[in-house]
Amino acid sequence: MNTIKELYAYRQMIFSLVKKDLRGRYKGSVLGFLWTFINPLFQLIVYTMVFSFILKTTIERYYLYLFVALIPWIFFSSAITVGAASVVAQKDLVKKIYFPRMVIPISYVTSCFVNMLLCFIVVFAVVICTGVGVNFLALLTLPVIMIVEYVLALGMALLTSAVTVYFRDLEHILGIVAMAWMYMTPVMYDKSIVPDRLLPIFNLNPMTHVIECYRSVLYSKEVPDLTSLLSAASLGLFFLLIGCLVFNKLQRHFAEEL
Amino acid sequence: MERNGNAIEVNNITKHFKVYPDKGAQLKERLLFRKRSRFEIRDVLKGISFSVKNGEAVGLIGHNGCGKSTTLKLLTRIMYPDSGTITMNGRVSSLIELGAGFHPDMSGRENIYTNAAIFGLTKKEIDARLSDIVEFSELAEFIDNPVRTYSSGMYMRLAFSVAINVDADILLIDEILAVGDTNFQTKCFNRLRELKAAGITIIIVTHDLSTIEKFCDRAIWLNDGLIVKEGRSPEVVDAYFNFMNHKRIEAEEAAAAEKASQEPPEEVPAEEQPAEEQPPEQEQTSGDGIDYTANRFGLKYIEITKARMIGASGKDSRIFPAGSDLTIEIDFKVNKPLDEYIFGFGFYTLEGECLYGNNTQLDRITVKTDSTTGTVAVDVLGLPLLAGKYLLNVAVVDNNGTPMDFYRNYCDFEVVSDDRSTGYFSIPHKWRIGK
Repeated sequence: MNTIKELYAYRQMIFSLVKKDLRGRYKGSVLGFLWTFINPLFQLIVYTMVFSFILKTTIERYYLYLFVALIPWIFFSSAITVGAASVVAQKDLVKKIYFPRMVIPISYVTSCFVNMLLCFIVVFAVVICTGVGVNFLALLTLPVIMIVEYVLALGMALLTSAVTVYFRDLEHILGIVAMAWMYMTPVMYDKSIVPDRLLPIFNLNPMTHVIECYRSVLYSKEVPDLTSLLSAASLGLFFLLIGCLVFNKLQRHFAEEL
Repeated sequence: MERNGNAIEVNNITKHFKVYPDKGAQLKERLLFRKRSRFEIRDVLKGISFSVKNGEAVGLIGHNGCGKSTTLKLLTRIMYPDSGTITMNGRVSSLIELGAGFHPDMSGRENIYTNAAIFGLTKKEIDARLSDIVEFSELAEFIDNPVRTYSSGMYMRLAFSVAINVDADILLIDEILAVGDTNFQTKCFNRLRELKAAGITIIIVTHDLSTIEKFCDRAIWLNDGLIVKEGRSPEVVDAYFNFMNHKRIEAEEAAAAEKASQEPPEEVPAEEQPAEEQPPEQEQTSGDGIDYTANRFGLKYIEITKARMIGASGKDSRIFPAGSDLTIEIDFKVNKPLDEYIFGFGFYTLEGECLYGNNTQLDRITVKTDSTTGTVAVDVLGLPLLAGKYLLNVAVVDNNGTPMDFYRNYCDFEVVSDDRSTGYFSIPHKWRIGK
């Protein structure tokens, strides 16, 4: 409870770190902020080519099917991989001045989140330009899905960023984990082709539910399955709780370990 | 906030650090060397307790590594104690690391926002303080320039202005009063005085004892992770000062002894050439080929082979407490016998000013010797010099005053003292205040 109160008092710091991160991210590059859009677009093109022309997927409008899942996935994966290094990256601050340490992963995840929101401008542009259109009722649930994913990503980032301080290899291990995780999540294919005996694992994976929800809102234009959303939300809260507990325990020795 | 309560309560805190000679944080090393405990534990704080009342200014003193900076870090919650408790009542601001989070490409104004946000201020609070901060920093005309264009002095001024304008109830300060030029320092001090007068609790860590004495109501002296003395600042500062003086003498003597055991005895090389100034002994015509401007000069019929300054410990030393007895011993070697010799010694300032000089002739002592080597000693009773560095002159001349071996700057030596008088000599005195 105290932590929340303190984090609220430090909201300006979170805000200013997010701003600094967004502004500094593409500093010095010619295309600057445009990279926020170019990067996922090219990933989309590559995956679409592979899946449409080589693997010959039967999914209709595969580019859109993939796009609405890829953008949220990129947010999640950067939140855990780069988020893991966030506390270590700010070691000068951590060693020298007091502030609630959670500010760091929170602002990092938030800046990734803002990035995702900006990418959604492109998503909507594609949805509208290709004449797919939107279902406004379904669209109302989109913010809820986003918040659920944010909570989940934050939980993971808290966990990984705290452990990385003590165990620096984690940062690199997470690169592999994130890659494997993407293939264990129906981002590029449909959950229906997953073999039955693997389904329990997919159902335990909170990102499965999150991606399915995004997809039903933006691709199928349907209100997402409530059980899916609820499982995602409860798993997200569970990870957030674990993340907070671990972070709080580990942060006491940050200044010495860094 | 109640005025009489405690702002800070520290109860029996301990802290140790693991010191890794070579830290294996990587997986490979963790797996390979799991069984090896490759660190040693260093106890930095061994159980200290103190409390600070609201509105009090307290100084933490102690030599390097005594745990005072660690204590401050524990108070700010950068680190946590291993055991014991710390209670801080009120908002804490620390002037430990100035300019945390400053971004060189952002303007002064933007950095004020970033930096103040790190202290936990909201945008509204920063807006309200902005003009005060800018005014205090005296950087109004540069405030919209990127911070990378600032000089280091300007940078520190900006950083200090932010830190000092965070309305804290408790202010923790570590060695930072060396900010900017003298004028700005005075300004910072005045500001700290204002804050103190306004009832803000202040903790200062510094090596500058005069700051502690001038500014703090109370001082706490830490040594090896324990509190040695706690009380009114002048008393604690004096006790600490005496302790440090003794430590210095011991350390210097140990170093000298070690050096002596390693090297064959050798003449101490003179370090500095004191300027022009000629000792009175040789105010005579120099048609004798003696270079009076040299550090060491003379005809060498008799030569000084070594001089020693023996302190209370009986060892050759270069550091003495004021008021102590010491003996100057001069070893000599005769190359060409003379009827009579005059030995002298003198104390000089580093600038070459004579403070005191004497010789056997002035004291009406006749020195004659037939042996080719020997030692002349002079006992100095109750060295009256004040704290500082001085030079020792030793000389031997013939009975006409012609220099035989004149060593203008044989060595320097140091006097330590808790006497705060200025000048060179300690003069016994006593004040009486009449109506």
